[in-house]
Amino acid sequence: MCLGIPGKVIETYEQDGLLMGKVDFGGAVRESCLVYTPDIQLGEYVIVHVGFAISKLSEKEAQETLEALRAVYILEDEIGPEEA
Amino acid sequence: MKHVSDYRDAELVKGLLQELHETMTKPWVVMEICGGQTHAFVRHGIDQLLPEQLTLVHGPGCPVCVTPLELIDKAIAIASRREVIFTSYGDMLRVPGTARDLFSVRAEGGDVRVVYSPLDAVQIARDNPDREVVFFAIGFETTAPANAMSVVQAKALGVDNFSLLVSQVRVPPAMHAILGSEGNRVQGFLAAGHVCSVMGYWEYPPIAEQYGVPMSVTGFEPLDLVQGLLDVVWMLEQGEIAVRNAYARAVTFEGNKPAQKLLADTYETCDRAWRGIGVIPESGWRLKPDYAAFDAEKRFDVGAIQSRESEICIAGEILQGKKVPTQCPAFGTTCTPEHPLGATMVSSEGACAAYYRYRRSPASLSRSGMTHENGRD
Amino acid sequence: MEGPVCPVPLQHEEKIVIGHGSGGRMTARLIANRFFPAFENDALAQGDDAAVVGMAGEGRLAVSTDAHVVTPLFFPGGDIGSLAVCGTVNDLAMVGAQPRWLTASFILEEGLPIAQLEAIVESMRTSALEAGVSIIAGDTKVTEHGKVDGMFISTAGVGWVPAGRDIRGSGAQPGDVVLLSGTLGDHGIAVLAARGEMDFEVELESDIAPLNTMVEGMLLASHSGVHVLRDPTRGGLATTLNEIAGQSGVTIRLNESAMPVRPAVNAACEMLGFDPLYVANEGKLTAIVAPGDVDSILAAMRSSPYGVDACVIGRVEEGHAQVIMDTAIGGTRIVDMLAGEMLPRIC
Repeated sequence: MCLGIPGKVIETYEQDGLLMGKVDFGGAVRESCLVYTPDIQLGEYVIVHVGFAISKLSEKEAQETLEALRAVYILEDEIGPEEA
Repeated sequence: MKHVSDYRDAELVKGLLQELHETMTKPWVVMEICGGQTHAFVRHGIDQLLPEQLTLVHGPGCPVCVTPLELIDKAIAIASRREVIFTSYGDMLRVPGTARDLFSVRAEGGDVRVVYSPLDAVQIARDNPDREVVFFAIGFETTAPANAMSVVQAKALGVDNFSLLVSQVRVPPAMHAILGSEGNRVQGFLAAGHVCSVMGYWEYPPIAEQYGVPMSVTGFEPLDLVQGLLDVVWMLEQGEIAVRNAYARAVTFEGNKPAQKLLADTYETCDRAWRGIGVIPESGWRLKPDYAAFDAEKRFDVGAIQSRESEICIAGEILQGKKVPTQCPAFGTTCTPEHPLGATMVSSEGACAAYYRYRRSPASLSRSGMTHENGRD
Repeated sequence: MEGPVCPVPLQHEEKIVIGHGSGGRMTARLIANRFFPAFENDALAQGDDAAVVGMAGEGRLAVSTDAHVVTPLFFPGGDIGSLAVCGTVNDLAMVGAQPRWLTASFILEEGLPIAQLEAIVESMRTSALEAGVSIIAGDTKVTEHGKVDGMFISTAGVGWVPAGRDIRGSGAQPGDVVLLSGTLGDHGIAVLAARGEMDFEVELESDIAPLNTMVEGMLLASHSGVHVLRDPTRGGLATTLNEIAGQSGVTIRLNESAMPVRPAVNAACEMLGFDPLYVANEGKLTAIVAPGDVDSILAAMRSSPYGVDACVIGRVEEGHAQVIMDTAIGGTRIVDMLAGEMLPRIC
């Protein structure tokens, strides 16, 4: 139910009426079905589960979350921990 | 890889853990309901780093574990037929039925094949027009869109020698069953991140309200898991009942619309039996009448199946978070991954298997927060 | 005359046929034309039922045996031939033996293109040359189509253990340091990709390599400081270290952050739900060494082309036989042996 990993869409094409793509998981490339992320662009990231992209990975959200966390928790010896 | 290693940043995780320790002033019981999260907690050793007073319990989030025994026995019966090529995700091959498992069917000459994607099963059907190809469609909502697409494709391409053996389960009814059960001690919930990628999390606020249980949609990397726990604990400490999204990079409130549409076209809800728990109303999906021809249970008459569970196995109590594996007398002795008595020991993300693999020695067990007794809060 | 003779006998030089395994002229010609020239040595050229060789000096014999059934026969970084030779050479090297002689028995499938046989035999020749071993005895059988996957190779290896060397699985002691010669999982993932079942592509080669020269370098750097050597093949590093922990009766504590894994292997493992600790390697070794000799042994490893990524991955402690790992985020977990087949998972 859960093993979904992020990968970069490096190619898209149609096969048997389905939108498919080549997704690069950081060195391993596999064909994945992109019907559930129909607006995905080359170079964007998706979460792939059993050969299907189930969600686009929002780099904006990812960036913002990480930055917010880093701001609070990496500097904690200087500022002190804050509420989440 | 970029979007994985960032979320394993040790320094950040430690900072969040420290915050978690400082935020907790009372004991709390939090449940996660995703086999992948169970596995991740234990594999990274996060459970050992949690505050003593935080009891983390595992819900029935392993679709392999909750597939009813009768259905496993049916799968074995179908797979044993000469004309059948039985295809399945890898997780299912070692799940014990009453007498044996799919692996032993293969050992006896049955054509049982592991596939990575349901579309591979459809291709096998196209490549073998003289055989019957059955795909074991198990999973929660995360896997449902992929499973459903296989039958949609088969119908569209006229692949008639293909059928699905469906064992789809849904999370919200399971949450109702757990939170509404007598003696429930779960006070906070981690909602399963990838289930929510598909379905969104609009189904959860009413549940949170009804039972007074705050929730956080949680991902799978160490940072995500601790972030989710921190969200829930903070809300518990504040007395706030809400559903937060700690996995915003992959989850939106609405969820994946194209996937939900295809699910609505292919599946309809039904009651389902959960192995070890019993029937939970409306907790499953079955194929709609339009696709009845592709339902393996209808296509294959496998006769009366007499299913019988091991009397010793307490998987049901474990799946409901009422016990932890170490409280089972058979754990590690008569029940091991090599000879499992129940599904929670077989599936690599079943709680018993996770404990066995990662926590077995008494020294590490006592260090981990997972030996807390029931009902101690 | 030897039975029915076709008036226009075909030479059957393109594919293996059952006749090649009959023991008669076809077999003799196959051996003379395809095997002997590649494995050229006096003992083999004698053509007797057994090879007779001489040894001098004090020391002991090491003997190992192995069967090789890999599919596909050819994959990036190697083939069943190089696998057979290097695997056998490495088994001997892991007990501190200097590999000398190999045997090779071939079970060939009817229909196997002879060009493939030639390529594999040539691959064995070059591996043997690099390792400094001779293939001095062998056998050839042919089975009907479908009974083997193209080819199976069974080998035995004989080596010489110089006096004073005693490297064994039970030799790990509390305080020892655990070394690894390079990246994990290259072979297993490369072969899985080549098989095509999981339908993924990686830029990755199998790491098949003969390690005996590197081992000699390590033993030269510290001949009494190397306590255990083992190559983590099937079952991966986790299984190998569990075996050693069991034989030595110690706890082995690993450092997750120190594990060398190529990004491509990590990516493939993440995708399938595999753990690189359990994936097979064919050109790597783990060494358990005395703490004082770590630097000199690591230097020796790194000066070999097969040990450039050699590193420290853990240490040996007192305790009951188990392998545990300190995770990157500060937790710990048990690293168990591989239980059964590794299957891709959805959860």
